[in-house]
Amino acid sequence: MEIAGHSLHRLRERLVEGIDGPLFALALALTAIGLAALYSASYENAARVAAQLGNVAAALAAMWLVAQIPPQTLLRLALPAYVVALALLVGVSLFGEVVNGARRWLNLGVGRFQPSEMMKIAMPLMLAWYFHRREGSIRLRDFALATLLLVVPVLLVARQPDLGTALLIAAAGFTVIFFAGLSWKVLVGLGLLALAALPPLWGVLHDYQRRRILTLLDPSTDPLGSGYHIIQSTIAVGSGGVTGKGWLNGSQTHLEFIPERATDFIFAVYSEEFGLIGNVVLLALYALLVGRGLSIAAQAPTQFTRLLAGAVTLIFFTYAFVNMGMVAGILPVVGVPLPFISYGGTALATLYVGIGILMSIYRHRTLVQT
Amino acid sequence: MRFAELKNYASELRAFQLRLGFAGFVVLAAFGLLLARFIWLQVLQHDAYRAKAEENRISVVPVAPSRGLILDRNGEVLARNYLAYTLEIFPAQVRDLEATIAELAEYVDIQARDRARFRKLLQETRNAESMPIRTRLTEEEVARIAANRWRFTGVDIRARLFRQYPHGEVASHVLGYIGRVTTRDQERLEELGDAANYRGTDYIGKAGIEASYQQELHGITGFEQVEIDAGGRGIRTLSRTASQPGNNLSLTLDVRLQEVAERAFGARRGALVAIEPGTGGVLAFVSMPGYDPNLFVDGIDPSSWEVLNNSPDLPLNNRAIAGVYPPGSTFKPFMALAALELGKRTPRSTINDPGYFVFGDRRFRDSKPGGHGVVDLYKSIVMSSDTYYYMLANDMGIDAIAGFMQRFGFGARTGIDLEGEATGILPSPEWKMARYKRPEQQRWYAGETISIGIGQGYNAYTPAQLAQAMATLANNGAMFRPHVVAHVDSARTGERRQVEPQLVRQVPLKPEHVEFVKRAMAGVTKEGTGARAFAGAQYASGGKTGTAQVVAMKQNEKYDESKVTERLRDHSLYIAFAPVESPKIALAVVVENGGFGARAAAPIARTVLDYFLLGKLPAAPRKPVPEVELESDAESD
Repeated sequence: MEIAGHSLHRLRERLVEGIDGPLFALALALTAIGLAALYSASYENAARVAAQLGNVAAALAAMWLVAQIPPQTLLRLALPAYVVALALLVGVSLFGEVVNGARRWLNLGVGRFQPSEMMKIAMPLMLAWYFHRREGSIRLRDFALATLLLVVPVLLVARQPDLGTALLIAAAGFTVIFFAGLSWKVLVGLGLLALAALPPLWGVLHDYQRRRILTLLDPSTDPLGSGYHIIQSTIAVGSGGVTGKGWLNGSQTHLEFIPERATDFIFAVYSEEFGLIGNVVLLALYALLVGRGLSIAAQAPTQFTRLLAGAVTLIFFTYAFVNMGMVAGILPVVGVPLPFISYGGTALATLYVGIGILMSIYRHRTLVQT
Repeated sequence: MRFAELKNYASELRAFQLRLGFAGFVVLAAFGLLLARFIWLQVLQHDAYRAKAEENRISVVPVAPSRGLILDRNGEVLARNYLAYTLEIFPAQVRDLEATIAELAEYVDIQARDRARFRKLLQETRNAESMPIRTRLTEEEVARIAANRWRFTGVDIRARLFRQYPHGEVASHVLGYIGRVTTRDQERLEELGDAANYRGTDYIGKAGIEASYQQELHGITGFEQVEIDAGGRGIRTLSRTASQPGNNLSLTLDVRLQEVAERAFGARRGALVAIEPGTGGVLAFVSMPGYDPNLFVDGIDPSSWEVLNNSPDLPLNNRAIAGVYPPGSTFKPFMALAALELGKRTPRSTINDPGYFVFGDRRFRDSKPGGHGVVDLYKSIVMSSDTYYYMLANDMGIDAIAGFMQRFGFGARTGIDLEGEATGILPSPEWKMARYKRPEQQRWYAGETISIGIGQGYNAYTPAQLAQAMATLANNGAMFRPHVVAHVDSARTGERRQVEPQLVRQVPLKPEHVEFVKRAMAGVTKEGTGARAFAGAQYASGGKTGTAQVVAMKQNEKYDESKVTERLRDHSLYIAFAPVESPKIALAVVVENGGFGARAAAPIARTVLDYFLLGKLPAAPRKPVPEVELESDAESD
């Protein structure tokens, strides 16, 4: 009895080792909200919720595994991960399977695989690794090279075409460059340059991408397409009011006005049913999650872990802001899920891997010296 | 040094923390912006949006456009739509599908195949849409269901347009078929930015013209603003923007010629492509056996699919563009033309044909034992001497052959406006290098060139390629892209868009050389291997028979048709153009396992030309030419 109890205790110790309580609690709270919203969005379809629970279990396992990996190992993995992800992206653009007009998939014999997902984590790893190596003597040249390392995969993904993922990868890479200390002057200059580049960029966009931006400005031009999404999702959010219509009572949702209501537009379902109060709770949870991440970054011991923690944290922010902004009708419709809430296994796993990385960095904050 | 480094480190750390702070500020600002937007929507504008949600009893309902018609060159309807009632289930609103279906079966006839089809649709169709459990309800059935509607939730009767192909199996491989929009179709439409226009559309082209001209045929979806009750059912229509029907397609194809051609095949497998040489317009396009596209219209039931998909005759396989065959002796006129153009032969030069050609220690035998004696270029085509072309191929070399044949489109897609075209194989050292992995397989052996000359060896082309090459020759080197659609008409404006003949290239050829080859091909039908099939023809046509080996034979083995099982028998081929002076039609026929070209394929070509040029229908099913050999079509194919 004693021994059994003891070993059970040991097992528990082992399991919670390296798990950061606040981060874990915040992620779980968001995930729980997601399951509740999914139950409503899927018309009380328990099977759909069970499927998502399976995804959650897989994502938690991935998080736990990553949390056990010390940052030095991540440092060693950074370059290979980037090279492999880049090679796979090139492979996709050369031999990728064209599924429905977009070349996103690579068939590895065992199954299809989307290398752009891998790049979401590999990109911040790589750039953090690079600036870590150049620590103390970072010059403008290094930023130029980092930009190149960032731009090539982003263009490859954008050409697939998958604008949403390209934007997320670009954002993740940019935050590393920002945290690495690119001078404010250059940043402002680049900002101006980006503004100037908007008109030619417009010419590169696909027709359907342009249409999405135009319908943001005037949703009524496309009442059956993406304009419809925006019109109906703003009505859902607005009609929710302060207190919301109550769980499972959203009329917009239940009369099928909300498209993609389990995935990209799940926030409309949530917002209609839980109202402004629910939204504030959600924003607070995300803000706390980001705050915890930034505090981990502030305490991180090495250049690599600092940059990585900062970038990974801001990934959560980017996802959440872009998605909620889209549903609330202030950003164009791009396929970005709401972190921890939207239905789908791949994005959830990527997010929990990010949480795992933060946990690993936090756990090793004092163990490693530069 | 050390101190400076530390100082540097400390200042970098401070800079980093400053930036973290800035990032935190940005996050808060962005969330503040969202919060402001939420307050705007949910507090300040709440009343307006609540009213809208209440009114959102107003649903935007798409109105699917009616699909464009497909007509033949004389205006005969090949594909049209008709209105019928369907019994539909909204799976999302039904708790127990099986129970509901069982209950419905008490009012209307629901067969096992209906259930099987419904289950299949459920698996492959995008969700949240209604799905037909029964199509084409009778009036009585509609009345019965309507009287008992209150018993069911998530069940409705809808009037829908159905596709119909009045000619059944005729031209099935040109028309193709339509099927339900699957999840994969849906994803592709989203990438194309067309998803909005397909809301309300249930069917999409899957093969043939229905697929390749999907965009033209579809039309523009309209929408209705419908007031709905709390349960989501429509009460009344408030406004409506009409849908715009899809464009009508008129084909270059003549469906009567098509029927004559298909009937000429009988139960045999094969393909025929007939082209108007001066435009590339396809006059007949046969792939036998075909299938009934009407089977696919409301979702094919699994058992019919099983039959089509598992038949050893491969009825779903479009042989005319996706089947590849060695051209056999139909390759010879092009070889002859190459010889003249490249100066390797003149019309006057002769060879002595002993019935075989020796290369190294190998003996390539002629299909006529003992050979044709003294053979000049004219006779080589008319009598189809193999020995002549063994020698010619050897003299020309593979590079010259491949270079010349490439210009006639051999081994390249014709660019016909149908999907699923095969490339075929134009053999060359480069092709072999790319095709094989091991160095000894990659090498081109001079001995391999010999049988290329008679259209055997690695040669493999689609019937469409053969027809296009024939048309190019008939048209004195001007090659047009084959197309089946002649013009696209807008049903709304009546505006007509012609499909302009598209010149692929002008093959530079000396007129006297082309004339010579054409004259020799005319000789084939008068005094050569095609003479019997064309006996008594009231027009002058040029042609060439061909026989393509299915099984490789040993060097000195004699091919005995009676001993080989049907599936291993040679393919029978014929290419033709007519009239000789100003060709209006060029065609290629392949009869799988038909044996000698003169026997199976040439009579089909005759039937088609008789009808096309004279309007003459075949009196009775043509008997195959008797097995007894006449001197003129001595067994050279």
